[in-house]
Amino acid sequence: MLEILKQSNNPEVCKPLVEAVIEKAKEFQRKFGRMPAFMEVCGSHTMSLARTGVKPCLKDEVNLISGPGCPVCVTDQRSIDAMIALAEGENRIICTFGDMMRVPGSNKTLLDSKIAGKDIRVLYSPVDAVKVAEDNPDKQVIFLGVGFETTIPILTLMVGEAEKRGIENFSIWMTTKLVEPVLRYLLDAGEVHLDGFLLPGHVSIVLGEESYQYLVDEYHISGVITGFETAELLFGIYKSIDLALKEETAIINNHPSIVSKTGNQVIQQWMDQYLIKCDEAWRGIGVIPNSGLDLKPEYDKYNAKKRFTVEVGEPRKTKCRCGEVIRGLITPNECPLFGKACNPMKPIGPCMVSAEGSCAAFYQYMRESF
Amino acid sequence: MDQFISLAHGDGGELSHRLIKEVFIEAFGDGNSALFDAASVDIPIGKIAVTTDSFVIKPIFFPGGSIGKLAVAGTVNDLAVSGAKPIYLTCGFVIEEGFSISELKKIVSDMASEARRTGVSIVAGDTKVVERGSADGVYINTTGIGIYEPNKGCSLEFEEGDAIIVSGTIGDHGIAVLAARGELGISSPVNSDCASLNTMLAEVLNSTSGVRIMRDPTRGGLATTLVEIAEDFHLTMKINELDLPVKEEVHGVCDLLGFDPLYLANEGKAILIVADQEKEKVIDILREFSEGQDAVVIGSIMGKRKGQLLLETPLGSKRLLTRLSGTMFPRIC
Repeated sequence: MLEILKQSNNPEVCKPLVEAVIEKAKEFQRKFGRMPAFMEVCGSHTMSLARTGVKPCLKDEVNLISGPGCPVCVTDQRSIDAMIALAEGENRIICTFGDMMRVPGSNKTLLDSKIAGKDIRVLYSPVDAVKVAEDNPDKQVIFLGVGFETTIPILTLMVGEAEKRGIENFSIWMTTKLVEPVLRYLLDAGEVHLDGFLLPGHVSIVLGEESYQYLVDEYHISGVITGFETAELLFGIYKSIDLALKEETAIINNHPSIVSKTGNQVIQQWMDQYLIKCDEAWRGIGVIPNSGLDLKPEYDKYNAKKRFTVEVGEPRKTKCRCGEVIRGLITPNECPLFGKACNPMKPIGPCMVSAEGSCAAFYQYMRESF
Repeated sequence: MDQFISLAHGDGGELSHRLIKEVFIEAFGDGNSALFDAASVDIPIGKIAVTTDSFVIKPIFFPGGSIGKLAVAGTVNDLAVSGAKPIYLTCGFVIEEGFSISELKKIVSDMASEARRTGVSIVAGDTKVVERGSADGVYINTTGIGIYEPNKGCSLEFEEGDAIIVSGTIGDHGIAVLAARGELGISSPVNSDCASLNTMLAEVLNSTSGVRIMRDPTRGGLATTLVEIAEDFHLTMKINELDLPVKEEVHGVCDLLGFDPLYLANEGKAILIVADQEKEKVIDILREFSEGQDAVVIGSIMGKRKGQLLLETPLGSKRLLTRLSGTMFPRIC
């Protein structure tokens, strides 16, 4: 496997691919008089494209637009405020993925609360939250369940584990998101013109290739399922331009050894067993019906939203334009706060904090002050 | 001797006396220095270097070292990269009530053996015991004294084309400690690189006058250290991503968690900026030592004035590297 990955990042393989993509993009430009535009749905793609140098190499030839696929960035401000308020309660241990620690709420971050003495723990392996609950029977242990289809199965695994061990003091604050509803929202809104999507390899492992067929059938737009290594990304972009050039629409699985046609059935069964669709609020978008998953009523005892009451006021308004960044309407440096009032040390919006955030990727890898 | 540290071990009475005699002097072997309120030591005439550092690490024992080895190597390296020859160390211990005496002895033994290996004497110390819950096991402060030998040092006179060298693979310590905490759910085969570099770096300084500067890239990692040099000396420097020595295991864990090896801590690595014509010679010297066997050139100085560090990606594009901004946290997916 390592050998394959090495090859995938080998410049001798990747540099000719860059040339091929540029050539293909020029062909597209000659035919249509504009650059081809694709949205990388996933934040990990955004980070990878910037870090490996693919995005800077192609910036004059292909318009690669970051989409709403970073779980932290799309979390609604009120929801972030609620999670921070949740951590303020007495006799609680909050367990979370690291990304959430420095995300600013209206008044503070989880890191601020931790520094002030609240018991907030970053876990590397989320299922460890169940162990934390087992080790602290006199405290309520709450896991902040933020994520897309890649993370959601782990949350069901946690509930299963808590059930198996008979643990009563464990719950999850569910604020999960699904890819399909937000893609439909973007396409229905028609605010951004796209020639196709780069679809994330890991989400597709769960969902399967066929789950994207609605893009072709209903919206007449293509999608290429793509891994995260340099050559995979370049090949995905090449395929996307090729389809657009031929004016064909299709879902292409560029990751067939890992992504099957129907996805991971076992994981889908877990999700069906524990979860039910719910409305979710997205940053910069608002509530999208049935765009998230919540625990089924029979698992209410593991549902932190059912067990704890949290009151938050109206979120503080800032000039942060994360909402437009995740909808692909502006690039990070078009936000007036970017790199000035908002930087990784003092982020205003989540896109500057998250390990998959567009603004963080742009700040770290694509500022051109040299 | 008792099994665990009690508050009485820190009250200056009989138990304190026994702790110092049976644990510290026993290991460090310099009883005469302990006869006075201050150590009485000989310093050759000339310029001396003084540095101090506090060591707080979890876990206290990790693959490839311990807080004791780290407390000696860390301070020795601060002196060595400054171009000084380390000769004396002092150490201060803050120990939590209930800490095991056998673990303390092991830490002290690690300190003593690392000090002997590097040729420095531990000549003075202090012990404080704090109530259970007020500290996390043991904290150690070490102060180091070194001497500058005439005409052997870093010139700090940089030129375009100077080579940037790193003495080995980066990020090993950061990953070894993360894995040893047991929070990753993985067992990492990577050992910390914790080591004293004074002998190796002294040999470099003995053999060439082309060394511009040396630094040890500890917290903040290679990138942060190079950014500091670039800014402090108004240099534009470039490193090549393809030339960075990173163990596959370190790459693997970084990919998994979203960490960047450029920002992971190292405890046994040096960065050297040397005249271009001296780079092969310096690499050859470094590779004669086990701590420097993976030494490579990773970049060069492109020019003066700008004060920035660039990284050239394998595809040939460049990007700006900045300091580590806050703690690295593991990502969601």
